[in-house]
Amino acid sequence: MTVRKNQASLTADEKRRFVDALLELKRSGRYDTFVTTHNAFIMSDTDNGDRVGHRSPSFLPWHRRFLIEFEQALQSVDATVNLPYWDWTADRTSRSSLWAPDFLGGTGRARDGQVLDGAFARSANRWTINVRVDGRDYLRRDLGAGGRQLPTRAEVDSVLAMETYDMAPWNSSSNGFRNHLEGWRGVNLHNRVHVWVGGQMGTGVSPNDPVFWLHHAFIDKLWADWQARHPKSSYLPAAGTANVVDLGDTMRPWNDVTPADMLDHTRHYTFDTAA
Amino acid sequence: MSHITRRRALGIAAGAAGAAAGLAVAGSAVADAPRAAAPAAGPAPASFDEVYQGRRIQGGPAHGGGHHGGHHGGGYSVTIDGEELHVMQNADGTWISVINHYEPVATPKSLARAAVRELQGAPLVPLTLG
Ligand SMILES: [Cu+2]
Ligand SMILES: [Cu+2]
Repeated sequence: MTVRKNQASLTADEKRRFVDALLELKRSGRYDTFVTTHNAFIMSDTDNGDRVGHRSPSFLPWHRRFLIEFEQALQSVDATVNLPYWDWTADRTSRSSLWAPDFLGGTGRARDGQVLDGAFARSANRWTINVRVDGRDYLRRDLGAGGRQLPTRAEVDSVLAMETYDMAPWNSSSNGFRNHLEGWRGVNLHNRVHVWVGGQMGTGVSPNDPVFWLHHAFIDKLWADWQARHPKSSYLPAAGTANVVDLGDTMRPWNDVTPADMLDHTRHYTFDTAA
Repeated sequence: MSHITRRRALGIAAGAAGAAAGLAVAGSAVADAPRAAAPAAGPAPASFDEVYQGRRIQGGPAHGGGHHGGHHGGGYSVTIDGEELHVMQNADGTWISVINHYEPVATPKSLARAAVRELQGAPLVPLTLG
């Protein structure tokens, strides 16, 4: 059974296995297909048109399915590997063990943002950025640039307190839990973390940085936490909404999975702490 | 590597579909807007053409379809040194690009400038599939 753990509590062996599995997916070319898929949705999800992966109610089930697929790819390399999550309300500085050379490596250098240490540094020759929007083929970061701050626990709690899953017009201007968690409105949780990391994480090809998966694994856990806190609230909209994935509609690109299928994460994995 | 011409085409189609949705949701305010896919009913953003930190940035109405199709910028196109920057307008009228995707700014010009700062001299490349 897959148990997703807080990245801060991983053993040295768990970190090494996770990193090695990432490097193997990268070597085989499978990793980059996830980056390509993500960017295709980033570019095509629009507030007034079809929207599936982002700025819409299905942001959460879409990324849940995307992460499950990625985790299964990791497990096909090493069956002991599970996706860890990064609780950025707790591990909130560039000195966190997350950014140590034995795990994801640190921030980029000032001149060009290039990450210089760890397995994902370009100089190690195992992490070339192939799916890219500009000419640079090296992983970049600018952790906390300009004094930016990660969301606090209190800010997270203020969003978890919202009872309604999502609201019309079901996009980046919506009120409700989903859009506040995604960050287009209000205190801004998910979007702000992408910006705080910087580099490729601030772009449409954000899965080029392995921290993408740890960030989204925590967003996914917050969805589970929200469900536990609001057992009477459900995914919305229920049916008949143009351009939006209703509860029973299938989601691209899989076309065989609905938000309803994704509501119960325990069919696929559990967390190291009760959600 | 190949340019994603199919995706560009799909993007334009999605923009057209968005126009219909906008009409359904927002009624006459959007119906009166000249730019079909633009979510906000405000005035069209101004065109610009300047050199910023050594890069030529240009923005203005897209010339329908084709290489510089406006995608989700609501018929508005932005280029850096002649290469298209994929931009999108949010429902509240703010803008994001594929370079600064998670941090909306007020205008296409400030979006282009933010992209130039982020690029640190690197050229934009047409999105390629490995
Ligand atoms: Cu995403
Ligand atoms: Cu994200």
